[in-house]
Amino acid sequence: MSVRKSLAPGDGDARIATILKLAIYAVGGQGGGVLTGWIEDLARAQGYAAQATSVAGVSQRTGATIYYLEMAPAGTRTPVFSLMPSAGDVDVMIAAEWMEAGRAILRGFVTPDRTTLIASTHRNLAVSEKMVPGDGLADAEAVREAATQAAKRLITADFEAAAVRTGSVISATLFGALAASGALPFPRSAFEAAIRAGGKGVEASLAAFSAGFEAAEKGPGATVAPPLPSPEARVSGPPGKLQKWNRLAERGRALPAPVAEMALAGLQKVVDFQDLRYGAEYLSRLEAILARDRAPWELTREAAKYLANAMCYDDVIRVADLKTRGLRFQQIRAEMGAAEGQLMQLTEFLHPRAEEVAGLLPRPLGAWVSASPQRMRRLGWFFRRGKRLRTDSLWGYVRLYALAGLKPWRRLTLRHAQEVAHRDAWLATALGHLDSNPSLAVEVIRCRRLVKGYSDTLSRGLSRFDRVLEGIALVAGRDDATDWARRLREAALKDEAGTALEGAVQTIRSFVQPPASGQAGSPSVMS
Amino acid sequence: MAERSFKAEVADLRKGAGEVFTGEGILALTKALLENGVGYVGGYQGAPISHLMDVLADAQDLLADLGIRFEASANEAAAAAMLAASVHYPIRGAVTFKGAVGVNVASDALANLSSSGVTGGALVIVGEDYGEGSSIMQERSHAFAMKSQFWLLDPRPNLPSIVKAVGDGFEMSEATNTPVMLMVRIRSCHVTGQFPCRDNRRPPLTVREALSNPRSDFARIVLPPMSFAHEQDKVKTRWPNAERFILERKLNEQFGAGGRIGIICQGGMFNGVIRALQRLGLADIHGDTEVPVYCLNVTYPLVATEVLGFCQGKDHVLVVEEGQPAFIEDQLAAMLYRAGVTVKLHGKGLLPMAGEYTGQALLEGVTGFLRQAAPETLPATVRAPNLDKPRLPDLSRVVPIRPPGFCTGCPERPIFAALKLVEQDLGKHQIAADIGCHLFGSLPPFEIGGATMGYGLGPAANGAFDGGGERRPISLIGDGGFWHNGLSSSITNMVFNKSDGLVVVVDNYYSAATGGQDVMSSRADNASKATQHPISEAVKGVGVKWVRQIDNTYDVPRLRALLHEALTTKQPGPKVIVASSECMLNKQRRERPRKAQAIAEGRRVEAPRFGVDEAVCTGDHACMRLSGCPSLGLRHTGDPLRDDPVAHIDQTCVGCGNCGEVADAAVLCPSFYRADLVHNPGKLETRWSAFSSRIIGWLARRRDARRLTFSA
Repeated sequence: MSVRKSLAPGDGDARIATILKLAIYAVGGQGGGVLTGWIEDLARAQGYAAQATSVAGVSQRTGATIYYLEMAPAGTRTPVFSLMPSAGDVDVMIAAEWMEAGRAILRGFVTPDRTTLIASTHRNLAVSEKMVPGDGLADAEAVREAATQAAKRLITADFEAAAVRTGSVISATLFGALAASGALPFPRSAFEAAIRAGGKGVEASLAAFSAGFEAAEKGPGATVAPPLPSPEARVSGPPGKLQKWNRLAERGRALPAPVAEMALAGLQKVVDFQDLRYGAEYLSRLEAILARDRAPWELTREAAKYLANAMCYDDVIRVADLKTRGLRFQQIRAEMGAAEGQLMQLTEFLHPRAEEVAGLLPRPLGAWVSASPQRMRRLGWFFRRGKRLRTDSLWGYVRLYALAGLKPWRRLTLRHAQEVAHRDAWLATALGHLDSNPSLAVEVIRCRRLVKGYSDTLSRGLSRFDRVLEGIALVAGRDDATDWARRLREAALKDEAGTALEGAVQTIRSFVQPPASGQAGSPSVMS
Repeated sequence: MAERSFKAEVADLRKGAGEVFTGEGILALTKALLENGVGYVGGYQGAPISHLMDVLADAQDLLADLGIRFEASANEAAAAAMLAASVHYPIRGAVTFKGAVGVNVASDALANLSSSGVTGGALVIVGEDYGEGSSIMQERSHAFAMKSQFWLLDPRPNLPSIVKAVGDGFEMSEATNTPVMLMVRIRSCHVTGQFPCRDNRRPPLTVREALSNPRSDFARIVLPPMSFAHEQDKVKTRWPNAERFILERKLNEQFGAGGRIGIICQGGMFNGVIRALQRLGLADIHGDTEVPVYCLNVTYPLVATEVLGFCQGKDHVLVVEEGQPAFIEDQLAAMLYRAGVTVKLHGKGLLPMAGEYTGQALLEGVTGFLRQAAPETLPATVRAPNLDKPRLPDLSRVVPIRPPGFCTGCPERPIFAALKLVEQDLGKHQIAADIGCHLFGSLPPFEIGGATMGYGLGPAANGAFDGGGERRPISLIGDGGFWHNGLSSSITNMVFNKSDGLVVVVDNYYSAATGGQDVMSSRADNASKATQHPISEAVKGVGVKWVRQIDNTYDVPRLRALLHEALTTKQPGPKVIVASSECMLNKQRRERPRKAQAIAEGRRVEAPRFGVDEAVCTGDHACMRLSGCPSLGLRHTGDPLRDDPVAHIDQTCVGCGNCGEVADAAVLCPSFYRADLVHNPGKLETRWSAFSSRIIGWLARRRDARRLTFSA
């Protein structure tokens, strides 16, 4: 033993610095175990002593999972390796998902003095992000900012997409990225030899390895999403309609710059939803709003967005139209990876309620049916079971096609009348605030975001919308009304049960009306 | 055992002297059992010891050659009871389960076994599931060794040490007539490494041979007055023998030379302690340390003479003992006090009282100890650290938690979707859950299930509500839990007490959460086990009158109707719904290669996958709240008119059908579609399809020609 007799501070054993420490943060099911096995085999084959550990357990089942490896040049005695990573003591961190990279940084495993961070930029959403009725997606940019500061070297790319392209899994592309990083003192050929020695799905893994290697060298720029399609996409159709469209589009372009872009997107949407006359109607309404607005035209810009959405309500005709378009079949075939000429069956899951069916009826008839709970029950009985339509079959397609063909009569339906009434009331409320509090008018316009979904979800959205407008009415006269309006809307999008919104409304009531029994409002509910 | 085949691992078990084993700790342990002449093995699966069971289950031929009996025990109590074979017969036996839950279940048998004492070596291998990745309550198995008076080994976490501990354990058990528990932590079970193999040994006496020469001795029976004699024997004979054995065989190890300070650690903590010392420059790469370390490979009993010897001449000693209560530290304190030794004892306080001893915790603990005991040994950077860490954006509010959940296509998802829908109709119910995959249903998005009291105890946990009320209590239990303990402790309990409640048995054909082991009701044929015993028959057999079997859990409307009926029927007595569909993880492992082969052979195969019409989806995410499927995600469309991301199904979708069923049952939205790619279609089918698509194409073009089309 080479133990010094006196206990004085030592420089330590220089060989300790030769221990390479790698951690892998993955989501269960990503093949982190396979990647760990390859790295371990690679190290042993290259004359290193290596040790791997994992914490699998039930975290295999889609939870966060961690693998950890240590290696050092082999000698006559086995080194003592640790069984878990330590904060500030990791040389290579491989994150198989972007938020897992965030987790690794959060736990201190990525430090600027030593850590090479190899992370896939793709997202594998946590349930908590998906459940939010609004936009609950975690802030990917915050993780990038932290990663840039925390890592000594940062290697990022969409390694998941690279894996899918090569028909393999992300463990192979990440292994390629590890080779490209040069963080391990082994040549590329040794990495590939480890894959071959593994013996399972060798060819696909090698292809993915190469893809990962290249993606790592190119960096994130290579896999950034294509630029957003310009709102003025290609338009085709009969010449007469094209001409009219061009005139409408010209009118849209003539709007002030901040409005025009949104208005053109909106115009396209409403024309696609109904017809050119509907488009003209949209522009007229917008121009009327513009006349009462002033630079920087925030109100009109927001109205351009939400008016278009309000006018393009989701009725049975729209769904049938979207599902019977020729382009759709091509898109689905491409997404499903159907080979040229391969047979594909397509099943649609439709389950309209009595309300949707009544909405489709001509207004007087629809109103008559809706007026009686008994008639609605009977109608509901006919549609108590969901419909499964095969749109690749003639019979199924023709039925939907015929429904979509009702478009010219849409303006006569009960649903249209209901939508128009709702839209007019909403715009009137918003514009009613314009003179006293212009920014509050903008907030009311934005509340239209709450109305979405079908059936019960739509009803819930509408009642939430009403609740928010009620709350806004309570604070309308106050200086902080705009703030409250925004908070109410955000609260309404937080959870399905509406707990956050109810809390916010209660808070408002507590200071708007004298507290009933000495209950103090707690503004902290909102912050 | 559908989830995985362990052929490669079984080949490793056949290795002999001169060969080197490379692999995981738990497999090394399995190999060590064979090398030590074990005569029978039993156990109940669970992380981290499932592999031991799985590999032995696949190694029937090898075990038969060696004359070893292997049982996949019904539960841990059955496994521990199996060790009764070593009471009278000089046969080595080993059983395995996870700690602390398995030890809880086994404790009745373990206590009786410890009282009787053993003739053949009896080894209990416990996979201690404490700390990161654990799925159970955080407790220590240590207490069981103390209360029942059996010995506890906690070897250093490397393969040679773990393998040696198996041999030591058997011999110690025989030398002291006491069962021995060998504890391996979750990371030790999964740690990889190498060790030189020895030849497998046939047991000197097999269980088959023992049956031919039965033995009994009433002195071993746990009845008075023998039980009082056992109690005296434990402390007067077995314990001193254990201490002698530990000393003679040097089971505990000391590292580093003498000095004024020292560290006493559990064997399993050794590598972590050394890493802390390495980082402080006080140990080299091979673990040769400047701070003496007394490594307890036997954590119970502690040997006073050895402890006092280590502490002699020392001013400060640090005890590194993971978890609470601090049994070892408290015993050491008592020992030192009784011996009048004045060494200053450190431990809890410098180190966390509870929770896993991570690298950071150990580094801070050891540093804190040295700062008090020998500050001159610390490097300058530690004594006066430079505090200019980079200030990173706070990610604690950004990074979402990611608990385990149902896999893609899991057949349990639609059960919970149906339950959620029923609760929307009938109001919230009292719901008790059990142990197993179905427990994930108590997390978002379903939040179905309020408590879990243990394996097989879900329905029993509703006992207080058995009398009924305005709404019926609901309990959930998996097929694993049902056969583990549920039939007797939960179902018969309900029948006997005239419960009015509803039990939903979530039957996925396997003990799925532990790795897909077969259970009594598994549908697969199993050469060495009796399967295909329907749960519904067992339930009827113990007297349940209202029993419904559903063989397709993806049929959400049907399931919802059944649940509705069970919660509203006037019929008295317990209601049981057995909801059965195969675990998707196992099904895919089996079906995928089979499908690929069928396609290659030119047979007709439909490959289903779901999709979402982006334009139809409004981004309200109602479907997410009834699914949580990993393949069902969200993405932003890039459309400036849309604020919220819309649903999207990626290529990992297995086409289980849940999305369509839920969209239908919950009347959600028409965005979902299922696309079935047809491989090798028939001639007529192809022709008809071509004809249909020609007409469909014509119709679509006809309409497009009359309107404006916008394309990106």
